[in-house]
Amino acid sequence: MGFSAKLVQPLPLLNTTTARRSASENMNCASPFLGSTHKLRLPRPIVSSTRTHFGSGSGSAPAIVAVKSDVIKDNKKPKSDVSNLLITKEEGLEVYEDMILGRAFEDMCAQMYYRGKMFGFVHLYNGQEAVSSGFIKLLKKEDSVVSTYRDHVHALSKGVPASQVMSELFGKTTGCCRGQGGSMHMFSKEHNVLGGFAFIGEGIPVATGAAFTSKYRREVLKEADCDHVTMAFFGDGTCNNGQFFECLNMAALWKLPIIFVVENNLWAIGMSHLRATSDPQIWKKGPAFGMPGIHVDGMDVLKVREVAKEAVGRARRGEGPTLIECETYRFRGHSLADPDELRDPAEKAHYAARDPITSLKKYMVDNNLATEAELKAIEKKIDEVIEEAVEFAEESPAPSRSQLLENVFADPKGFGIGPDGKYRCEDPKFTEGTAQV
Amino acid sequence: MASIFQGVGAATAISSSACFDSKKLIFSAATPRFLTEKKGSFFMVRSDGRLNHNNGISSRAEKIVTNAVAAKADAPAASATSKSGHELLLFEALREGLEEEMDRDPRVCVMGEDVGHYGGSYKVTKGLAPKFGDLRVLDTPIAENSFTGMGIGAAMTGLRPVIEGMNMGFLLLAFNQISNNCGMLHYTSGGQFTIPVVIRGPGGVGRQLGAEHSQRLESYFQSIPGIQMVACSTPYNAKGLMKAAIRSENPVILFEHVLLYNLKEKIPDEEYVCNLEEAEMVRPGEHITILTYSRMRYHVMQAAKTLVNKGYDPEVIDIRSLKPFDLHTIGNSVKKTHRVLIVEECMRTGGIGASLTAAINENFQDYLDAPIVCLSSQDVPTPYAGTLEEFTIVQPAQIVTAVEQLCR
Repeated sequence: MGFSAKLVQPLPLLNTTTARRSASENMNCASPFLGSTHKLRLPRPIVSSTRTHFGSGSGSAPAIVAVKSDVIKDNKKPKSDVSNLLITKEEGLEVYEDMILGRAFEDMCAQMYYRGKMFGFVHLYNGQEAVSSGFIKLLKKEDSVVSTYRDHVHALSKGVPASQVMSELFGKTTGCCRGQGGSMHMFSKEHNVLGGFAFIGEGIPVATGAAFTSKYRREVLKEADCDHVTMAFFGDGTCNNGQFFECLNMAALWKLPIIFVVENNLWAIGMSHLRATSDPQIWKKGPAFGMPGIHVDGMDVLKVREVAKEAVGRARRGEGPTLIECETYRFRGHSLADPDELRDPAEKAHYAARDPITSLKKYMVDNNLATEAELKAIEKKIDEVIEEAVEFAEESPAPSRSQLLENVFADPKGFGIGPDGKYRCEDPKFTEGTAQV
Repeated sequence: MASIFQGVGAATAISSSACFDSKKLIFSAATPRFLTEKKGSFFMVRSDGRLNHNNGISSRAEKIVTNAVAAKADAPAASATSKSGHELLLFEALREGLEEEMDRDPRVCVMGEDVGHYGGSYKVTKGLAPKFGDLRVLDTPIAENSFTGMGIGAAMTGLRPVIEGMNMGFLLLAFNQISNNCGMLHYTSGGQFTIPVVIRGPGGVGRQLGAEHSQRLESYFQSIPGIQMVACSTPYNAKGLMKAAIRSENPVILFEHVLLYNLKEKIPDEEYVCNLEEAEMVRPGEHITILTYSRMRYHVMQAAKTLVNKGYDPEVIDIRSLKPFDLHTIGNSVKKTHRVLIVEECMRTGGIGASLTAAINENFQDYLDAPIVCLSSQDVPTPYAGTLEEFTIVQPAQIVTAVEQLCR
C-alpha cells in the first residue's frame, strides 16, 4: 500500500522543546508512561498558556502535532494550474454544499435543543464535516454507511432529507425512524444508513455484516455486479474496544468490502486519546491485521477525498478493507450537555483556524472554481432548507399511543397467544395499549 | 395400532383413558387453533384412535397405562408419524431442518465457530460446508460479540443467518449485540430494518461439564424486547422449530440441550413446520398441570410413570415457547386441573419458571386451587462433582413428591 505517513510521536514528558523529530527517533520513546499528563503539541510554539493542565508535571507550552499524510505531496498547488486541481467545479460545489448543510444543521440543532425542542443526548459534528463529506459523497445509494451517536451529518451526507432528520430529533412521527430512534439512532433503509448506535463499537460488527452481505451476494447469489461497499465511522475511543479489533480481523480475513474510518478528534468525552491509548497512532493497527492503515488530515476535505477514493476503489475491486485514521476535531463539546472544560483553548483555536469549510472556500475561490457569490448562494439555499426542516418538524404530529408497540416485532405474532386462544396482535386494542396484556 | 399425533384433525384433547393400545408414546395435540392457522404445510394425519371424552370424575385407581411415559434418554417418541417416516437423532433432525431451509432459500447461511469444516461441535452442521461452500457455512474466528453483530448486519441487509454459539454460555459474550442490536434495531429504526436471525446452540446442564459450560441462559435473555425464544426437546419439534425460526421475520433464539442430541425418534418424511408460539401437549391428564421444557420434560415423564402407578393423572405440557408464553394451552390446562407445577432447569431466581408463575397468577388466579409450585435448579454454579451436579437439577423423585403434596 503506497501511503506512508509522516509522523511525529507525541513528545515525552517534561520535554520543553517543540521541535519535530523523526519518526524512528520517537518510536522508542524513553517515556515510560505516555498517558498521564501529556498534552498534544503544536508544530510551532504558541504563547504559553498560564493554565496548567491538571496533574501536569510539565510546565511546557501546550502544543499540538499536526500530522499529515503525504498523499498530496505538496500542500500548495500552483494557482493557475487547472490540470493539477484536485476537484472539479461540480464536485467542489457538491462537497461545499454538503459541508454547509452539515454545519448549518448542527448549529440549528443546538439552537433547538436550548429552546427545548429536542432532548436527551445530542452529539454535534461541527468541525468534522470534511470527513463526512469527503467520504460519503463518493458513495452510491446502494452503499451502506454505519455510524455512531454522532450521526446526524452522516445521515445527511448519505441523502436522508434534513426534514426527516430534524423531525426525528424532535421525536415526531414523520422522523426517519418514526420518532422511535432519536438523535443517536438515525436509520434509513432507502439511503442505506444502518444506524446510529449509542454504544461505541457496536456498529462496527453491523457494518462488517453489511459488507459480508455484499460479498455473499457476489459470490453465493452470483450477482456479479454487486460491488457495494460499506463505510463504518467511529472515533478514537472506539479503537480501544474489542469489537474494533475483532472486526478488523474478520474483515481482513475475508477481504470484505468495508472501509473503517476513524474520526480521531483526540477526545472521548473528557478522555484524551493519549491518556487512553498505549500506541496513539491508530493507523498502525491496520497493517497489524493485514490491511493498509492510512493517516490523513481530516480537516482538509480534498485530502480526505483522495484517500477515500483509493479505499473505495480497493473495496469495489474486492481487494479488501482499509483502515483510515482522520485527524479531525470537534468544535463543540462531546454533547450539548458537555461543559467542555478540559480542552485547551489553544488547541481549539488551532483547529478552528483550520475549519474545513473556510479551507475549501478559500481553495475554490483561489483556484477560480467558484465565485464568492456562488458560494454565498449555496449558503443561503441551505439556510432555507434548514428553516423548512424546522418548520416541517414543528408541524409534524407526535406519535400516538397506538404506535408504542407497533415495531417491536417484524412479525407481531411474536407477542404470543393470549388466554383466549387468539394471537395478541389480532386484538386491535393491543398495539393501542389499551388491552390487558 | 392406535396413535394420536399432532396435526390438523384431532380436534379435541384426548383423555388418557386406556382406549389407546399404545406400545408407543401417546401425544395428543391439536388445539382448534391449528385449523385456523394458515402457517406452513402441516400434514394431515389420520387418527385411528377412538376419541373418548373425559367422563367427569375418573377413578384414579383404574388409570394404569403401561408405557405412558418415555424413559429419560431413549424415547422412541412418536410425536408424529405417517405411513413412512424416518428415524433419526435429534442433532440430525436439526441438521435436516437447516439443510432443507438452506436448499429452499439461498439467503440462509450459517455462521459460528467450527460449523464448517469441523461440522459443528455437536455435528449439527456436518456435511453442510462441503455442500454449500465455505461462505454459506462460515467458520468464524472466536469473536462471539462481533460475529453475532456481523450476522445482525447481514440480516439487516438481506441475508438470513443462523448464528451458532458453540455453547450457549458463549453467547454471554454476544450479549451486547443480542440485547442492543438484535432485539432493538427493528424498533429504533422505526420498522425499517428486519433482523431475521436465528441464534442457536446447546445449553443446559450436561454430564459434569463444569459451571461455565452448564449454563441456562433462557433467564438472561428473556427480558429483551423484540426477540422470541423457543426450546426444542424432541427430534420432531427440533426440526420443526428450526425451520419455523429460520422462516420467521423476528429474531429467534433456539435453545437446544447438550444431553438431548442423541434422542432418537421417527419423524415424517413430508415437510412440516412447528408453530413458534405454541406449547406442546405431551400427556393429557386431569389432576395437575405440569409445565416444563427441554430436558426436564424427560424427568417429568419419568416421574409421571411413577405418579400414574400411584394413581395420579398428571397433564404434562412442554411449553416450548419460552418467550412469549402460550397462555392459551396453559390456561386451558389450568382451568381443567386447577393445580400447577412448573419443572425447569433454569435457576430459581428470575428464571423462566418465575416469569411463568407470575403470568399464570395474573391471568388465571381464579382457577387455581393451590399456589403454583416451581421446581428449578439450585442457585449455584453447577459443580463438577457428579453427586453435587445431580443435586443441582430437579430429579424425578422431587417431582413426584411435589405432585403428591400439591394434590393432597
